[in-house]
Amino acid sequence: MVGLGSRLTPARQQALSVSIATGAYALSFGALSVAAGLDLWQTSALSLLVFSGGSQFAFVGVIGAGGIPAVAAATSTFLGVRNGFYGVALAPVLRPWHGWRSWWGTQVTIDESTAVAIAQPEHDVDARRAGFWWTGVGVYILWNAITILGALLGQRVGDPTVWGLDAAAAAAFLGLVWPRLADRRALAVAAVASAIALALTPFAPAGVPIMVAAIVAVGAGWPSPRVGAPIAISTDVS
Amino acid sequence: MTTYAWTWVAIVGSGAAMWAMKAVGHRVPEHALDNPRLVRIASLVTVSLLTALAVLQTLTTGRSIDVDARVPALAVAAVLLWRKAPFIVVVAAAAGVAAGLRALGWG
Repeated sequence: MVGLGSRLTPARQQALSVSIATGAYALSFGALSVAAGLDLWQTSALSLLVFSGGSQFAFVGVIGAGGIPAVAAATSTFLGVRNGFYGVALAPVLRPWHGWRSWWGTQVTIDESTAVAIAQPEHDVDARRAGFWWTGVGVYILWNAITILGALLGQRVGDPTVWGLDAAAAAAFLGLVWPRLADRRALAVAAVASAIALALTPFAPAGVPIMVAAIVAVGAGWPSPRVGAPIAISTDVS
Repeated sequence: MTTYAWTWVAIVGSGAAMWAMKAVGHRVPEHALDNPRLVRIASLVTVSLLTALAVLQTLTTGRSIDVDARVPALAVAAVLLWRKAPFIVVVAAAAGVAAGLRALGWG
């Protein structure tokens, strides 16, 4: 069949499908942001400027729970730290870059663009570059356009709990963390951090328990893993 | 300043911080971020924050801890994620379960 598929390289096909799938959940972000009390402009600005799904969901989650904006910003920023590491992984593919390319490339360095880029064959730098740019720009366009749709939809919803939007927000966080739960050590740290955050909720200002969860994770990651642990030995020799 | 104005400051500040973190990765020499401790912490912070956000969004309302329609909704979401359902389906199903249970008068 001579269709779109045959004219698009695998990297571009993956980029398009990831862009559409990721863009679609901007609908839930837009609606949840409005339900949390942000207006259309603030919702749109978060997608344009922050452009990192987990951080945006976290920002509106803290605001929706009654947290102050500074705590929302801190939570968003903590969650975005991983984006700093993507640039390192992408450097061999994208460097050297200059001018507007480096500005846009920086903005669209996210989970999805990095994943599609490094999923391409290691020797095929062109495919890796295409994967990065097509995914990054594709997600940016769809994410921002669909955020507006979601916010407009959210404005018509009224009481968010009647529509289950509070459960939708929780499911969104679960969906974002799901692919990372295979790491048993991370899962254990996350369970402890979450239990502490939950225990603090009745006593601490909104948003602070979430920050404590981040601090627990930093504390758990600081010491080097003990080499004596059986699991560590088995992974070291394999 | 009003809360509305502070929210704008927080949005622009978050955007600037995010851009700066992305830029650091692209611009530093490769070995500078090639630190096992930093890599470990970045991964643990991401997983812990997202998990804590999911748990608190499911079990808390303001400062009170509640078990309501969100709990079965999240159970359904977890099953769908395990069955590799698309993100948007998972989110919509969770909303549907919670809305349905509330329409029936529970939670």
